[in-house]
Amino acid sequence: MANTVTMTVNGKSVTGAVEARTLLVHFLRETLGLTGTHVGCDTSQCGACVVHIDGKSVKSCTILAVQCADTEVTTIEGLATDDALHPMQEAFRENHGLQCGFCTPGMVMSAVDLARNNPDPSEHEVREWLEGNLCRCTGYHNIVKSVVAGAKAMRG
Amino acid sequence: MNALPETGIGAPVRRREDFRFLTGRGNYTDDINRPGQLHAWIVRSPHAHATIDAIDKAPALASPGVVAVYTGADMVKAGVGSLPCGWLIHSRDGTPMIEPPHIPLSPERVRHVGDQVAVVIAETRQQARDGAERLAITYSELPAVISMPDAVKPGAPLVWDQVPQNSCYDWEFGDKAAVDKAFQEAHHIARLELVNNRLVPNAMEPRAAIGDFDRGTGEYTLYTTSQNPHVIRLLMGAYVLNIPESKLRVVAPDVGGGFGSKIFHYAEEAIVTWAAGKLHRAVKWTADRSESFMSDAHGRDHVTTVELALDKDGKFLALHEHTLANMGAYLSTFSTCIPTILHSTLLAGVYTTPAIYAEVRAVFTNTVPVDAYRGAGRPETTFLLERIVDVAADEMGIDPAELRRRNFIPTDAFPYQTPVALQYDSGDYFTTLDMALKEADYAGFEARRAEAARRGVYRGIGISTYIEACGIAPSQVVGALGGRAGLYESAEVRVHPTGSVTVFTGTHSHGQGHETTFAQLVSDLLQVPMESVEIVHGDTNKVAFGMGTYGSRSLAVGGMAIMKAVEKVVNKGKKIAAHLLEASEADIEYKDGKFQVAGTDKSKAFGEIALTAYVPHNYPMETLEPGLDESAFYDPKNFTFPSGTHICEVEVDPDTGVTTIVNFVAADDFGRIINPMIVDGQVHGGIAQGVGQALLEGCIYDEKSGQILTGSYMDYCMPRADDLLNFKVSTHNVPAVDNALGVKGCGEAGAIGSPPAVINAIVDALSSLGVRHVEMPATPLKVWQIIQDKRAAKAA
Repeated sequence: MANTVTMTVNGKSVTGAVEARTLLVHFLRETLGLTGTHVGCDTSQCGACVVHIDGKSVKSCTILAVQCADTEVTTIEGLATDDALHPMQEAFRENHGLQCGFCTPGMVMSAVDLARNNPDPSEHEVREWLEGNLCRCTGYHNIVKSVVAGAKAMRG
Repeated sequence: MNALPETGIGAPVRRREDFRFLTGRGNYTDDINRPGQLHAWIVRSPHAHATIDAIDKAPALASPGVVAVYTGADMVKAGVGSLPCGWLIHSRDGTPMIEPPHIPLSPERVRHVGDQVAVVIAETRQQARDGAERLAITYSELPAVISMPDAVKPGAPLVWDQVPQNSCYDWEFGDKAAVDKAFQEAHHIARLELVNNRLVPNAMEPRAAIGDFDRGTGEYTLYTTSQNPHVIRLLMGAYVLNIPESKLRVVAPDVGGGFGSKIFHYAEEAIVTWAAGKLHRAVKWTADRSESFMSDAHGRDHVTTVELALDKDGKFLALHEHTLANMGAYLSTFSTCIPTILHSTLLAGVYTTPAIYAEVRAVFTNTVPVDAYRGAGRPETTFLLERIVDVAADEMGIDPAELRRRNFIPTDAFPYQTPVALQYDSGDYFTTLDMALKEADYAGFEARRAEAARRGVYRGIGISTYIEACGIAPSQVVGALGGRAGLYESAEVRVHPTGSVTVFTGTHSHGQGHETTFAQLVSDLLQVPMESVEIVHGDTNKVAFGMGTYGSRSLAVGGMAIMKAVEKVVNKGKKIAAHLLEASEADIEYKDGKFQVAGTDKSKAFGEIALTAYVPHNYPMETLEPGLDESAFYDPKNFTFPSGTHICEVEVDPDTGVTTIVNFVAADDFGRIINPMIVDGQVHGGIAQGVGQALLEGCIYDEKSGQILTGSYMDYCMPRADDLLNFKVSTHNVPAVDNALGVKGCGEAGAIGSPPAVINAIVDALSSLGVRHVEMPATPLKVWQIIQDKRAAKAA
């Protein structure tokens, strides 16, 4: 049975038909064509699908689209303004915090949430925070460096 | 002096790929949607071994949105061929290995949990999945065999009726007589039985494939998560679906990590392409992670006995290896060469061991096929070598660093012919060892051990001095060893009329940063701005040919092909310049982006020559074709041989069995480096996978039912950020001799060098308890149990 859901995604109001079982990540990828949010697992472990819902990082494979009615969702596509990178994105670029790029959107969205709540995280705090985001390429070494640098840049 | 110091060879240029990946603009296979596309769900065997007695399609076909259901019987009827194996190994008695068929959908019998039985195709992915749940399949279960030691026992269940004792081949290599003699005369023999644990590669992007068919032209297109689209085109077109290359395009767009697991030609690629041809609509399949665990080729899985003979001074006299190598239920594309050609040829390691003998038996089991995974055979070699060296050092009372040094191939001995076929072209093992020992403060370790003991924890340090063979591979050597492919690489350098350059490479980037590194290379060689150089890869309709990316070959083989094509461009440019400058071609030199008459100030810029080549008004038309677009194939003269030292320091908490890595140092020799930032990143990632193998990861099967017990990220322990630490990496680069770029390759070294460093450190930490080996992964439970057992034995 199809339902209709309305939410704000990256600042724009969107309405779409969804099944009750449709996950937010599938609504974003398939209905809205926002393919920057990735699906890397089926047990809510990998974090490739992290987006912000009302400003908080959430694994979008772990919430139904209908549960997001009337929320504000930000995806990786909505993080940067115009074509200038967000300071966290720029920090990942500068510190080689990504290789294949698949985990990257989730990493960045998760890291932005960390930096907003903990503007000066230690490396240890970054590693603990990113426990829910898997990366197979970088060994996390440069991701941790990136997040520390990105948080610093966000502090201004 | 490099005229382009910011972007030339050796500069840590930030990656041009990153903007799209960081802003959600990457284009991975699952991001692609074709007009009118259908969705496939693969129905997989729930049993490890069973016959398929009946499949009733009707309930699935009646499910909403379902368009078609196909089974193995349908494929056989349509004449679909078998997924081929790319490497023929002969047994010691001269007989060829046994190659059972591998139809993309299994027609009569299933041989592992996850084996493909049918495909349900529907308008949406959910409808396909719903339809698949309604497919009625009747199985009769057969006895399954999961562990290799069980599989080779007389009377064991047979995975294939035509394969006695489940033995695919029984291979030997090296000089048995010399080894036997050396062992008889040895002062000391160190012996160890060990397991190289089965791993699941787990690239973060699950595999996906979209088959498309253009009824108007008869052309097929496959979009797939592949490290080598041209290889897939060849294998699928020629062996499985009988589609000529001219009618088959394979696109591997952005690919989210590979680590070997995306080299192989998988059943799903053939299934969606074949179905698209039947349905005249695109068919898309994307694995969920649970499917990845039971359908991506796994890695490692060796059971080995190794023996090392030494003289009284600790000089290595001979090495003997006996290994059972798991093939799983089918032969994956390169499975057969991993435990043989890519493994035993490295048994000399960095040492002067004069006599070596290897016996490797490849075994079928009712498990997922096993094939190349980051390092592919060389991590297994390095693990057994670096473990047995430490065992020998311990037994003979020689410091492990000193024992290694006594046996290193001298730095002035290159080129060095090993007794196991390979000839190393260059290396300096002493310097990387010294660098790592210094960085790790090896000399000060015992004080740290004593300090830890006062805190009630065991502290240990472990060394691994590895070598690997990269730049795969000289085609004639490969052919002589049973390889069924050439392993050259191709490149095209297309100079456009305005002087911008497009480079087409047959290698493929799935995280390695080729778009940056290769642009740096070409920019440096041509002395043109990096911004004017574009790199194209991953599409058989754009790139003429290629063999892809694996075996750390992209720069050493693919980069050399690019260099050759650049040389051709420059040589043609010289001819054009000679004409324009009214000089002899022999007098033209190319320097700093200019074709110059030597010793004069007469010159033509690169852009002027490019424009002339395409606007050839004043042109030597009788002797030269217009245009400036050159292709080259490069077949390497030799493998390349990166090497280095990894040192790991750990603390083991006896109360919990938890191992904490407190320091990890790597000093590597990668030959000439184009982008050190990218190289460091490759080493970090490799070490993380190696540490994962040593401490966390292991694919565990239930030995009775054949179910994968570690079938999700809830159970398979992937390294997470808080499991790891910052690694201290450095290089001492001795240029490769056998390629003009001097490059060796860095993609796999981290995963090769690190596992034995970690285990050696744990064994060292527990040495006071009499521990001489710990199997991987050294989980807290395993380590705690060892400590308990040893303490109990001491007390008794």
